[in-house]
Amino acid sequence: MKHFDYLRAEDTTAACEAGFGRGAAFIAGGTNLLDLMKLEVMAPDTLIDVTRLGLDKIEEEDGGLRIGATVTNSDLAADMRVRRDWPVLSRALLAGASGQLRNKATTGGNLLQRTRCPYFYDTDTPCNKRTPGEGCAALGGETRNHAILGTSEHCIALHPSDMAVALRALDAQIEVQSPEGKRRAYYMDNFYCLPGDTPHIETMLEPGDLITSVFLPAPKGDRQVYRKVRDRASYAFALVSVAAVIRMEEGKIAHAAIGFGGLAPQPWRDIEVDATLTGAKPSAALFDKAADILLQGAETHGGDDFKIPLARRLLPAVLEEATS
Amino acid sequence: MTIDLKLDDKSEDRAKTLAQGLLGTPADRPEGHLKVTGAAIYAADSVPENCAFGMLVRAPGQGALTCTNAEDIRAMPGVLAVIRDPRMIRNAAQGTANEAPVQGVDHAAYTGQPVALVVAESFEQARHAAHALKIIAEGPPGPVDPDAVKPEGEPDAQGDLDAAMADAPHTIDAEYTTAGHSSAPMEPHAAVADWDGENLTVRASLQMLKYNRNELADCLGIDPENVRLLSPYVGGGFGSKLGISAECVAAAIAAQELQRPVRVVQHRRQVFETVTRRSETRQRIRLAADADGRLTGLGHEALVSNLPDESFAEPVTQASAFAYAAANRLIGERVARLHRPAAGSVRAPGEAVGVTAFECAMDELATELGLDPIDLRLRNIPDKDPQSGIPFSSHMLAETLRDGADRFGWQGRDPAPRNQRDGEWWIGTGMAAAFRVNLLSEAEARITLTAEGARVETDMTDIGTGTYAILTQIAGEALGLTADRVTVKLGDTDYPPGSGSGGSMGAASTGNAVWLAALDLRQQLASKMECDEGDLTLKDGQATCGNTSRALSDLLGGDTLSGHGHIDAGKAFEDVRQSTFGAHFAEVAVNDITGEVRVRRMLGSFAAGRILNEKTARSQCHGGMTWGIGMALTEGLTHDRRDGHIVNRDLAEYHIATNADVPPLEVHFLEERDPWAGPMQSKGLGELGICGAGAAILNAVHHACGVRLRDMPATPDRVLAGLSAL
Repeated sequence: MKHFDYLRAEDTTAACEAGFGRGAAFIAGGTNLLDLMKLEVMAPDTLIDVTRLGLDKIEEEDGGLRIGATVTNSDLAADMRVRRDWPVLSRALLAGASGQLRNKATTGGNLLQRTRCPYFYDTDTPCNKRTPGEGCAALGGETRNHAILGTSEHCIALHPSDMAVALRALDAQIEVQSPEGKRRAYYMDNFYCLPGDTPHIETMLEPGDLITSVFLPAPKGDRQVYRKVRDRASYAFALVSVAAVIRMEEGKIAHAAIGFGGLAPQPWRDIEVDATLTGAKPSAALFDKAADILLQGAETHGGDDFKIPLARRLLPAVLEEATS
Repeated sequence: MTIDLKLDDKSEDRAKTLAQGLLGTPADRPEGHLKVTGAAIYAADSVPENCAFGMLVRAPGQGALTCTNAEDIRAMPGVLAVIRDPRMIRNAAQGTANEAPVQGVDHAAYTGQPVALVVAESFEQARHAAHALKIIAEGPPGPVDPDAVKPEGEPDAQGDLDAAMADAPHTIDAEYTTAGHSSAPMEPHAAVADWDGENLTVRASLQMLKYNRNELADCLGIDPENVRLLSPYVGGGFGSKLGISAECVAAAIAAQELQRPVRVVQHRRQVFETVTRRSETRQRIRLAADADGRLTGLGHEALVSNLPDESFAEPVTQASAFAYAAANRLIGERVARLHRPAAGSVRAPGEAVGVTAFECAMDELATELGLDPIDLRLRNIPDKDPQSGIPFSSHMLAETLRDGADRFGWQGRDPAPRNQRDGEWWIGTGMAAAFRVNLLSEAEARITLTAEGARVETDMTDIGTGTYAILTQIAGEALGLTADRVTVKLGDTDYPPGSGSGGSMGAASTGNAVWLAALDLRQQLASKMECDEGDLTLKDGQATCGNTSRALSDLLGGDTLSGHGHIDAGKAFEDVRQSTFGAHFAEVAVNDITGEVRVRRMLGSFAAGRILNEKTARSQCHGGMTWGIGMALTEGLTHDRRDGHIVNRDLAEYHIATNADVPPLEVHFLEERDPWAGPMQSKGLGELGICGAGAAILNAVHHACGVRLRDMPATPDRVLAGLSAL
């Protein structure tokens, strides 16, 4: 591990200013960053500890919830308001990582966790995400857990979060503070970047930008389901996951927002899938159609071929559960 | 004095004549408190004054190696040395090798080979500098695909299997594959080396010190007498610490060069690459049966892999040689020479994967015959070793099958698959038999007896199996002492050489040596009592013979007595076939939508001679059954198809079973004594629990959803493919 300076920020302004510095990185739970630093996949010169900024509160706001960036995954999953009105989020959180990790991992950190592509972690193999222009060892390599939607010829890495999949289906907003002291917000839909020819750029964040909170608007659907398929019962990333937020009116789907994990470089959502479901009467044919639309542009790489049939089975099962 | 025993014949059951009542009880581990409170000193925990820290560096590819920036690295903060020494080893030594493995740093036989050591004042500096050291590998990778090379070896034939297959009314001819496995012990491999003149002391995490000492001395080109190894506590081994590995040799070389102690700890990712893995296997199993379900032909051929110049080949078919009767047989392994990380012993080498695949094939045959799978096995239990014709020392497979079936509730099971559903989940049950050869290896132990109590000394190790507990029990039982008056000292080559831990033979081998040392003391005490040893009763510190009874402290006065025992395997392991037996049962749920499998409960019934400690024995079986879950469903090394390196070399991506994957496990032991196994009449148990456990799970998967999974691990994608194909 490279030697680094450690700085404990006293307030968000100081944190952002320090974070603007060259080679600076924010640290909260460190559940991903420390691993990456040990392997020198990331080698910041300065770590700015953002755990003492008072960003660890969950507060009600405009019928929704404002979740501080350093609220831990465990606390968020256990919050009674979340469990009652946004259960898909609680379930997604509890489907992720392990109890020990969830006790340390934070809301902001979870959004920014890096891919689990094994070649990204292996500095003896080329990776465009790690070193732009170096090449991609995953292509032609072992691809069992790679992305099949939204990829590019430069990168097929997955976004590994469960939490973010639920947040995307819940139309959450991410509040960011810049080093100039300005606050701005992104919808989940606009926060992540697809790899294209810049797979090292993963979000809209600029140097020194600090996620301060996540806003959960009032739930648009009372039927919420999170289903995650994984290789073992705990402590495994999703092979495919689905977060469904549905509202039914008079036997029809009045609102549908479906998030997907394990399929794409970002927590995935397809507006065509949502549009197809919205206003329609639930049926097996409708659900199959939604799966067809979701997967129409999918590109697999051998090891991940199974994700197409898996997603094709999982999505209808989730929709069935959420609409019946 | 020494009591020597070469096991050529049966032994009488002396334990039943002893009076203390300690043997067989579920006694706590005497060192348990130290371990759970963190007070037990493991190899990397002891950092001597002025210690420097080393980090191994891997080859990024294969072929000729050059290092281009060693001078720059030496100039980095804190860096003391960049060592590339021809004595460094390519991979861990095989179990009981007793000599150096392949050495050298100028050529990498596999991607990930340790080829340099960077030493610095701090661990962090060493790690950072090691990362910056540039090693360039110039060769194209050697073959890394087991199917791309012509393998070595031929199976052994008896009779005519092809003819038996052609003639039989019922046959199975199926291919199974198992992925490579990593031992993944909780404690990574570590060594702290310190020289005093010509004498080297290494605190290390090793399983078999008497061999390890010779291996290390051979690597360094020094006299073994000058090497002392200390491994009082070992945080799991599972075969990966049978032989010395790279950190021991590198630490010793660095400590010699720097004239100060050096600690080298392997990073988890290095453990996956540099110590031996279990080979992946491809197994063709052929079974021919007559109309009554009696086997007429049995074929078990396996393809395994290893690096060139490695003697070990996963003995996949080891138990198939004696498990079932059949006149026509074709059994054996072929080895593909590959440039993947070295393969070696991992918990129950051979049977773990071999029995598992074979017991799946037996289930397929039972289905083909329309026979209950337990019945099929009962009909094919041989009355003598089917290959050599020698008798079995004891054989309780039938008893374990019946006991397990009763306890599990097997009777009345509807054999038809896909007949029980719980929501999205198919429910089913399955069973498998368990076999594991019983071995004994040469072992010595010494007991010093004073008025205060007994002190047992041997270089035997406790790798978490309970050695401290059982040796305490054996010595206490034999000498009539409560457990608190017995001290067991292990893991130091200054003590008499024990068997080491491996092959499930530590307890029986070193345990019998401890018994013989105690017998030596009993004879000395009997002579003080002026009676025959056989007439001497020792209990609670009191020696009794006829009408005479004296306190041990009184009998000894201020004397110190020393007893020494030495045991070795003889004809008892050639003239009879020794094995342990068991039966596994499992209930599983298979998700019809996703292909996920969850094990709902497991039960094992085992026979392994005298059970020395019911609690530690049970823990061993729990561990083995848990490994069975991993093998069947989640665990597998993934090799990059281009250069063979292990892709999933951390515990996030290499999926051992988590707590959530492990249901309630029930373990039962059948009362058994095996007179051929030595005076304690106990057989090895540490590995029996894994053998066949995965087969019970996969057979239950078939019963649940109708899919035969022949490729392990049966991950959801594979189950899903099977479900879709129905």
